[in-house]
Amino acid sequence: MTRFWTIKFLRTILTLWFVVTFAFVVLRTSGDPVVALIGADALPAEIEQFRRQWGLDQPLFVQYLRYVGQMALGEFGTSLRDQRPVIDIIMERLPATLALGLVAYGAALVIGIPAGIAAALRRGRTLDRAIMAFAVFGFALPNFFLGILLILFFSLFLQILPSSGSGTLAHLVMPAITLGTFTAGTLARFTRSAMLEVLDRPYMRAAAAKGVPAWKRVLFHALPNAAIPIVTVIGLNLGQLIAGAIVVETVFGWPGIGRLLVQAVSSRDLAVVQALVLVIAATMVLANLLVDLLYGLLDPRIRGGAR
Amino acid sequence: MTEPLLDIRDLRVPLPPGADRPLAVDGLDLTLEKGEILCIVGETGSGKSLSAFATMGLLPPNLPKPTGEIRFEGRDLLRLSPAERRRLTGRRLAMVFQEPIAVLNPVYRVGEQVAEVFRLHTDMKDAQIRRRVIELFGEVRLPDPEQIVRAYPHQLSGGQCQRVMIATALALDPALLIADEPTTALDVTTQARILKLMLDLRRTHDTGILFITHDFGVVAEIADRVGVMRHGRLVEIGTAEEVLTRPKADYTRELLDAVPRLEPRERRTDFGDVALSARNVSKTFRTRTLFGKLRETRAVDRVDLSISRGETVGLVGESGSGKSTLAQCVIRLERPDEGALSIAGSDFTDLEGATLRTARQRVQIVFQDPYAALDPRQSAGDAVAEGPIIHGVSRRDARARARDLLAAVGLDASAAERFPHEFSGGQRQRICIARALAVEPDLLIADESVSALDVSVQAQILDLLASMQKRLRFGMLFITHDLRVASRICDRITVMRGGRIIEEGPPAELFANPREAYTRELLAAVPGREGHLYTDPARNEST
Repeated sequence: MTRFWTIKFLRTILTLWFVVTFAFVVLRTSGDPVVALIGADALPAEIEQFRRQWGLDQPLFVQYLRYVGQMALGEFGTSLRDQRPVIDIIMERLPATLALGLVAYGAALVIGIPAGIAAALRRGRTLDRAIMAFAVFGFALPNFFLGILLILFFSLFLQILPSSGSGTLAHLVMPAITLGTFTAGTLARFTRSAMLEVLDRPYMRAAAAKGVPAWKRVLFHALPNAAIPIVTVIGLNLGQLIAGAIVVETVFGWPGIGRLLVQAVSSRDLAVVQALVLVIAATMVLANLLVDLLYGLLDPRIRGGAR
Repeated sequence: MTEPLLDIRDLRVPLPPGADRPLAVDGLDLTLEKGEILCIVGETGSGKSLSAFATMGLLPPNLPKPTGEIRFEGRDLLRLSPAERRRLTGRRLAMVFQEPIAVLNPVYRVGEQVAEVFRLHTDMKDAQIRRRVIELFGEVRLPDPEQIVRAYPHQLSGGQCQRVMIATALALDPALLIADEPTTALDVTTQARILKLMLDLRRTHDTGILFITHDFGVVAEIADRVGVMRHGRLVEIGTAEEVLTRPKADYTRELLDAVPRLEPRERRTDFGDVALSARNVSKTFRTRTLFGKLRETRAVDRVDLSISRGETVGLVGESGSGKSTLAQCVIRLERPDEGALSIAGSDFTDLEGATLRTARQRVQIVFQDPYAALDPRQSAGDAVAEGPIIHGVSRRDARARARDLLAAVGLDASAAERFPHEFSGGQRQRICIARALAVEPDLLIADESVSALDVSVQAQILDLLASMQKRLRFGMLFITHDLRVASRICDRITVMRGGRIIEEGPPAELFANPREAYTRELLAAVPGREGHLYTDPARNEST
């Protein structure tokens, strides 16, 4: 087991290292970073001084090593725009994104999974078709479009919800719905097919032959066996937590990491962009690590070792 | 006179509209006494399993409600409310199923799965339940009960899983046990042990057992009375002795006659050149456990085997004996670690890439499950023509040849255009045979090719293989766990165990004087061996 987790951990580090290197290469090949960082109209003396100050006069290899070293220590540098450490800026914005993400994903779980189970149990009937119609609607509708529709309806027409900003629970409602709808739809769809896969397995009939009531058969005999694909989808979507928030936060002016990224890109604040790319990659990798861990907990055959 | 334990009167189980017949079970009447074993025999589609499911209340929800009466302990099961019924299910009536590994839930420990019955139907304390489960595991003779309660299903063998299932069924000492083909998926020696266990349990608990099977050998071993079903109706019912030796119905006679027996086929010697020669073939699997321990399994261990054209060699062994791995080495799905293979005189051991693909037409295989072996989106004609086309025959010729072959395996002219779902299991196996023979192989491997088929169909497919062999003169490696089937078709039988061939010889000699203890054990485990089943007089004269 230790060996298993050591390998998983090393792989995680390796993936993050790839991402960091990739970010470095892209930034160095997309033009002179100095010009990008302080602007093309800077004086040659200023440029030279900046170069020395940030070690950009060193050979590329040294720059790379220093850069990787800084990333490993969590030193993401200083934002060009407001001259504050990047890490501070990110930490300031992270809670808003986490709050939005957790509410949206929590709701998606609570709605998507039971809806998928219900659809599977009523396969081919009206309830199934209705749920699947909503699910397709959920993941077919682009986030920005759903967001705009919600603003039109609740803010402009009904005037009961604020169209942008944060601070109260009312502010959270529409962004959370917009972000969660896609995940709820995907989850419902995957839960349904995973449940259909297990519902006619022989052990379900055996459970009925023991006299297990129907609801217990569904919750305790079918669901744990259907959980693997469901958990995979949850993991993939959770990894998108920050990436997915980009559009939603922009539409609703939600002061989170997604909007920070958009602002940083448009103002060419490369230190911030760099750090955020790493943060997004890290959430993706961690979500997948979590999924692997859950696989082992859910299925004794994957836990292995004790064969 | 007291009421029988189970009294089924005029049971009708309707099928959904659009099925091939309106009633799956059509007016079934039967009774079962306490402590009696009643075997229900029938082929696929006879309605025997649905009768059992109706009794247990396990009919699939898409079927219309059954009618008639199923009287059990003074009540009509069909008229109980779902809640009343559930209180009986698992407690007074219990059931064991065909696929022992698949009926256990893979995510729970087996002890927990037995304990569930006590939790549902009694208010026993956890510690008490634990003790009872361990006792039960001892009673069904699972080794080391204290350890096994903590095992997961995938850690146990098929036989052990079936014992767990039997323990579950017997947990609350039910009056009626329904067993639906409980030994069909098991090895013969395991089957013999499970049958003995059921006989013991009947004696000690006085349980009435409704035993569903397609195997008359099994019937001869355990039945007190036998009912034969066909197309949802009871064709014949009587004591085991009557039905097995003096059957009244023609259908029963046909079924009994199709049962393969341990009767060696007559000796043939007119074989051709060598089709397969395997020398000293070994295959070891190395797997690393999660702890990094290296585990080696020597699946095939220095095997020598040779088959001539026109000859059929049986490869008999239980699961895990290495017979399938050997077959995979022969068709080079696996590469042997050591040894040399040659097919029709040319080396087959080290071929790779394009040369291997070309050489593959010389050896073909027919698998066990005709449902999984055909692409559902490919017509029968295309399936048969595909191989020759790949190996360079023109489309026109391949199609024409496919039609000839489909006719030769006994399918009608329209078969080429039809898709697999339009055929029965036996017909699909015919398509698989035509497909294998289309590329004119020197060697045909039949890997349990008749095991999944009904006895009457089984007999037809065996005859088909023999007649095609006479015509096309291929060598055949016939892999089976069933000595009765092997005896009927094989010129030579090799017995495999632990990756090695431990005994080899013509069936007549092998059955008369088995040298190895294991061969004797296999022979002794063949069900229905002692019983004297009815045989068609005409058949006796011809042999």
